[in-house]
Amino acid sequence: MNNRITARFRVTFPGFSLEVDLELPGHGVSALFGPSGCGKTTLLRCIAGLQQADGKLLIGDAVWQDASSFVPVHQRPLAYVFQEASLFPHLSVRDNLLYGYKRISREQRRVVFDEAVAWLGLEELLKRDPGSLSGGQRQRVAIARALLTSPRLLLMDEPLAALDLKSKADILPYLERLHDELDIPVIYVTHSPDEVARLADHLVMLEGGRVLASGSLTETMARLDLPIQREEDVGVALEAQVVERDEDWHLARAEFPGGSLWVRDMGIPVGGRLRLRVLARDVSLATAVIPEQSSILNLLPATVTELVDDAHPSQRLVRVAVGKTPLLARLTARSADALGLVPGKPIWLQVKSVAVLE
Amino acid sequence: MTFDWQPISLTLKLAGISTLMLLVVGTPIAWWLARTRHWLKQPIASVVALPLVLPPTVLGFYLLVLMGPNGPVGQFTQALGLGTLPFTFEGLVVGSVIYSLPFAVQPLQNAFEAIGERTLEVAATLRASPWDRFWTVAVPLARPGFLTATVLVFAHTIGEFGVVLMIGGNIPGETKVLSVAIYDHVETLEYEQAHWLAAGMLIFSFLVLLALYLLNGRRGRFFSS
Repeated sequence: MNNRITARFRVTFPGFSLEVDLELPGHGVSALFGPSGCGKTTLLRCIAGLQQADGKLLIGDAVWQDASSFVPVHQRPLAYVFQEASLFPHLSVRDNLLYGYKRISREQRRVVFDEAVAWLGLEELLKRDPGSLSGGQRQRVAIARALLTSPRLLLMDEPLAALDLKSKADILPYLERLHDELDIPVIYVTHSPDEVARLADHLVMLEGGRVLASGSLTETMARLDLPIQREEDVGVALEAQVVERDEDWHLARAEFPGGSLWVRDMGIPVGGRLRLRVLARDVSLATAVIPEQSSILNLLPATVTELVDDAHPSQRLVRVAVGKTPLLARLTARSADALGLVPGKPIWLQVKSVAVLE
Repeated sequence: MTFDWQPISLTLKLAGISTLMLLVVGTPIAWWLARTRHWLKQPIASVVALPLVLPPTVLGFYLLVLMGPNGPVGQFTQALGLGTLPFTFEGLVVGSVIYSLPFAVQPLQNAFEAIGERTLEVAATLRASPWDRFWTVAVPLARPGFLTATVLVFAHTIGEFGVVLMIGGNIPGETKVLSVAIYDHVETLEYEQAHWLAAGMLIFSFLVLLALYLLNGRRGRFFSS
């Protein structure tokens, strides 16, 4: 099913306006990312129909909104997970889960009740009162409740933002499984670069109600012209595949288009997919290397593609290409000068550390 | 002494019917007031609250004029062939409903406002239509408001005196309710009858309130398992 999303909205509030024209892929997770007040939640509410705005919204070939029509929220086959779980306090966990499920006709149900319950680990909680659940448990119920409407589109508004670190860690694996197993598009609002790196396939950056960038995760994270690159933990996330395991040293070689990296072996079998995150500050550059004389395991041949000033005048941010894959390196301006870095120059990449995200 | 039960049964009938009608009339008004941002919200809320501050005789006087043979409401009811409402049981019901309207609307409005927009939005994203959301989310969550409104309205109607006297008079079996009967007994120095009625009313009112408060107090422990 083609679920490609076309969203064009214009809405004005006192002191803020949102104006977007977006095409989002019909599968995988699209992250709407930006600082608070950038309009990401407003955009999500426009897509849901909770916020009325002028514009147009197509999901595949279904028109949800255009100049002459507006499908009301309850008639849109979508699911929405809010920042606070908002469970109905007068219903038990089971009845909360059934609330949306009951309203879907039998033929349209594609998610089985018991499966969703098992999937989010809710078996023990079904008879409980929502008030007696922890924040993380509540959010898991809200996610299952949303999925049980068999939506064509899943909208999530910072589902982890209101949770403490432990609950976050508790839910992230469920969201990652969602990402892997669900065949519907997800639009995920967040201001956390870490969640973007873990979950997103497509990244939309918003600022002041406008779209700054929209593109595949790796490409967009490696762009140097966006304000996010001023952040301390700027880096690139990569989809990779395990191609080799070194059991003696508990390492796995993860291949991505253009190269491969040795990473911590997380027990993923050869052929399994994983997601890596390489921070710019963990990458250094060299014109020549002698592998035997370095503690650094990951050395990759690359080409400099772009070079910009960083937040502090002592720093430079360098974009390099490893085959087709872009990576970022942060180094001092002095080193950049000493190495004679210019676009097109071949260079060695030394990657000090790689985070394995799933 | 022969005890006259008629005022008691008449009062209970009046209070019961008025309470039912007030819940039917008051709920949509409260819902609208709780959710709207219309400029008419404050004016309407003020009109609804008027009986709180007006002396019952003022309200009763205007109702008498409006519903009387020459008033607009009276002309209308006459045109329908219903006669006029003052000095009838139906007239008392209309008077009680108007007089007790704020006691129904205000607790309901507070309860609806306490639910908040988010919970209803969640229900909408779970495919519930506005009507469906109202019955499956708003009404159950506003339950304490409904209980409070019921108690207040019922008690208030039982205790009503001024409006009844203005538009109902003192017709046995038709408009002679408890409060008027007690007044009558006192006027004619029949203190014993007055005592029986007054004490009965006191105990009954207390029991009704107690029952409803107990019911309300138990709410929220439904799921403790």
